[in-house]
Amino acid sequence: MSDTQAGTQAATGPRALSRRVNVNKLLVEGRALIALAIIIIGFSAMSPHFLEPDNLILMTRHVAMNAILAIGMLLVILNGGIDLSVGSTVGVTGVIAGYLLQGANIPFTDLVAYPSVWVVILISVAVGALVGYVNGLVITRLNVAPFIATLGMLYAARGIALLITNGETFTALRGEEKLGNTGFLSLLAGTPLGIPMPVWLMVVFAVVFSLLLNRTAFGRWLYATGGNERASELSGVPVRRIKVLIYVLAGFCAATVGLLLTADLPAATPRGGELYELNAIAAVVIGGAALSGGRGTIRGTIIGAFVIGFLVDGLVLVGVSVFWQQVIKGAVIVLAVAVDQIQQKLQKRREFKRAAASPPSTPAPGSDPALVGSR
Amino acid sequence: MSARRDGAARENAPLPDDVVLRAVDITKTYGVTQALKGVNFEVRRGKVTVLFGENGAGKSTLMKILSGVEKPTSGHLELDGEVIALESTTHAVDRGISIIHQELNLCPNLNVRDSIFLGRELRRRGGAIDYAREGEITREVMARLEEEIAPTTLVSDLRLGQQQVVEIARALATDARILIMDEPTSALSAAEVIVLFKVIRELKAQNVAIVYISHHLEEAIEIADHAVVFRDGTLVATADAADIDLPWVVSKMVGRAAEYDFTGEPREHGDLALSIENVRVPDQDAGGRLAVNDVSLQVRAGEIVCLYGLMGAGRTELLEALAGRQPVAAGRVLLGGQDLRPLSISQRIAAGIGLVPEDRQRDGLVQLMSVGSNMSLASLRSMVRSWFVSRKKESADVGSMTGEVRVKTAGPEALITSLSGGNQQKVVIGKMLLTRPKVLLLDEPTRGIDVGAKGEIFALLFREARRGLAVLYATSEISEALTASHRVVVMSKGRVVREFDPRTTSREEVLAASGEPEPEALHIGAKE
Repeated sequence: MSDTQAGTQAATGPRALSRRVNVNKLLVEGRALIALAIIIIGFSAMSPHFLEPDNLILMTRHVAMNAILAIGMLLVILNGGIDLSVGSTVGVTGVIAGYLLQGANIPFTDLVAYPSVWVVILISVAVGALVGYVNGLVITRLNVAPFIATLGMLYAARGIALLITNGETFTALRGEEKLGNTGFLSLLAGTPLGIPMPVWLMVVFAVVFSLLLNRTAFGRWLYATGGNERASELSGVPVRRIKVLIYVLAGFCAATVGLLLTADLPAATPRGGELYELNAIAAVVIGGAALSGGRGTIRGTIIGAFVIGFLVDGLVLVGVSVFWQQVIKGAVIVLAVAVDQIQQKLQKRREFKRAAASPPSTPAPGSDPALVGSR
Repeated sequence: MSARRDGAARENAPLPDDVVLRAVDITKTYGVTQALKGVNFEVRRGKVTVLFGENGAGKSTLMKILSGVEKPTSGHLELDGEVIALESTTHAVDRGISIIHQELNLCPNLNVRDSIFLGRELRRRGGAIDYAREGEITREVMARLEEEIAPTTLVSDLRLGQQQVVEIARALATDARILIMDEPTSALSAAEVIVLFKVIRELKAQNVAIVYISHHLEEAIEIADHAVVFRDGTLVATADAADIDLPWVVSKMVGRAAEYDFTGEPREHGDLALSIENVRVPDQDAGGRLAVNDVSLQVRAGEIVCLYGLMGAGRTELLEALAGRQPVAAGRVLLGGQDLRPLSISQRIAAGIGLVPEDRQRDGLVQLMSVGSNMSLASLRSMVRSWFVSRKKESADVGSMTGEVRVKTAGPEALITSLSGGNQQKVVIGKMLLTRPKVLLLDEPTRGIDVGAKGEIFALLFREARRGLAVLYATSEISEALTASHRVVVMSKGRVVREFDPRTTSREEVLAASGEPEPEALHIGAKE
């Protein structure tokens, strides 16, 4: 598989020291890529429309929202946590944007505020980050398991979205020239250079978060805490602060999707983003991340999002029934992870065999085994 | 089939009929580490076979294979002359082989009775667990061990020594024909050891074969019928008890390779680096008790101080409290005049004090990451250049430290798990040295690593000490304490009991101070 000894022993994950392409990493992501290739080839054989540019752009637009959500989810999963609340965060931030755009009553007055589009975006994103911050505090300060803490937030945030709209949907998102709050739809549902805004944002998020994970101390610390939290703590890694920050970032990603979804529909519905968290988890897992933490990449996650998105849209395109779509999607998720596990087992067995086959290193008495071959 | 033929071929040699269990050409590899290199080993009926060897010599690995915890990479086991393959510990117990593990393998949430019968519960007709019968057996075994522990006491409510008694009771309750004891006395009091030895003699009389491992050499020699010495995964010597004494065992155990002696190192110590005044650390497991009780200690720059003590003496708790892992309940900790108590772990590392932990796998390494990433983990902040970690700075720092601590690795990108224990430990030490500490704390720095690497690690520490580093390390190996330190501080039951100059101190003096049972005391107990 590899031509050098160093290559066969190279570490998984993107934090290897050099730029050299890593064999193991390719293998792990390879299976997601293979799945994607099968999906593309299979559906294009079944339907001539699958590969048409219009369809590709449409599908990628769907992929993009899940991919952005999944990037936030990846950060949490790298830490060994999980964030079940991102779908509800999508809903609550979307609703807040809709509420602000159609005019917000200022409490205890008869005044109605019409904040500009940028202020609307800022407030929505801040709310998303706040939701994540609360998650992070509950997890780190109250020692509630991430699953429980974010499950609670899943319900609470959804409830707040329903409270804000009183169960209804805001559709007046266009704004009015004289109020100076127009441009929400043209900005977020626009297609600069023919590419939809969600796709642009997906690319920006992927690049920024790749840099964050691979080049900054924060990124390295995140992988380290997911790999071994106790060892990281003893090495002076600010374990708690990292934990809070990743939930904030996951909330930030969810708010971005909330805004995109509201502009896309175009309507702010309190039910927006329901079950999105599951698609995001699926994308991360298909992309090769370990739920136990410490392993996973942005690239893999994006590929995972494409697998899920293209699969669902392809099934619709070729006319598979909605019920069967669910069954197939479930099977693909489990299969992808099962393949990963088998692959890892095989790899471990290979390593053991190699170790067993290597000549025993019996140093002469008095010699120093640790010095042999050191530089 | 071929294994069976091997067994038949061996029958040409006269077979001592009291051999119940035989290990033939056993090898075991973990990744690239060879823990056992072709070991042949016999266990005899009604006899105590004692295994000697330093940490990492392969004793525990062999015991794990004999008891079905691990499978050998090659070689096989013969029980009563018949080749067997042990699939699991339950399988081994069914065959009459039981083990008392070195590490306590108890579920703290279970009571004593349920712990003793875990995995082999007694059933009544209909399948319900026969608690009454289990409780009765538990009481019998406890009476035999002269412990007053009720069957329904929660394991978490027992002190460490009593938990070890429960482990022993678990093995006794199986009516084993072969009983393996891996460090059964590490947490026992002198009185409890005497009782255990009485029980061992009873078991011998009942024709039970016993395999015994202990770091307390005098104690092990006392109970031995046969002695077997391991070094670096190889069985290097066997002898009958009549023919062995302490010098023989020590010389066989260490061989020539371990003969490092740093007592001649210079003693020009600098300013006071670390000052601990009346420190108390509460016990994390048992509320209300103090793991460290009123300890005062001073370490100067360039000085290497060894904390010697038995398991449970409070060494680990003291070091973890100094590093910031455990809270200090009372007292002062000063690092060059700066009070450490309000600081977090990372602030303490920045201030110049860091810990190399006892359990390398659990607390020292991030197994998924490479050698280089592990080594730079604690000093990443110093490598950040305008937002990003500078690859140039990182690979330069990691490269030079790899050379300094002499890690044998395929390169900084090799997986940390591909290294041997000694090299992994050097990476952990290198990681802390990269933070440029003033004081380095190490908890059992040579645990589970081979003899050559031990000497190298101490050579490295003394070299750093000459450059002004203050070192405080904990060990339970007496030879290490006396050959690789400027000063030995003995801890017992949470207190500092004595201080010694290793140049003018005998092993016996240190052992006595630490509260190890005296060999004479064991004699007296045996005659009762």
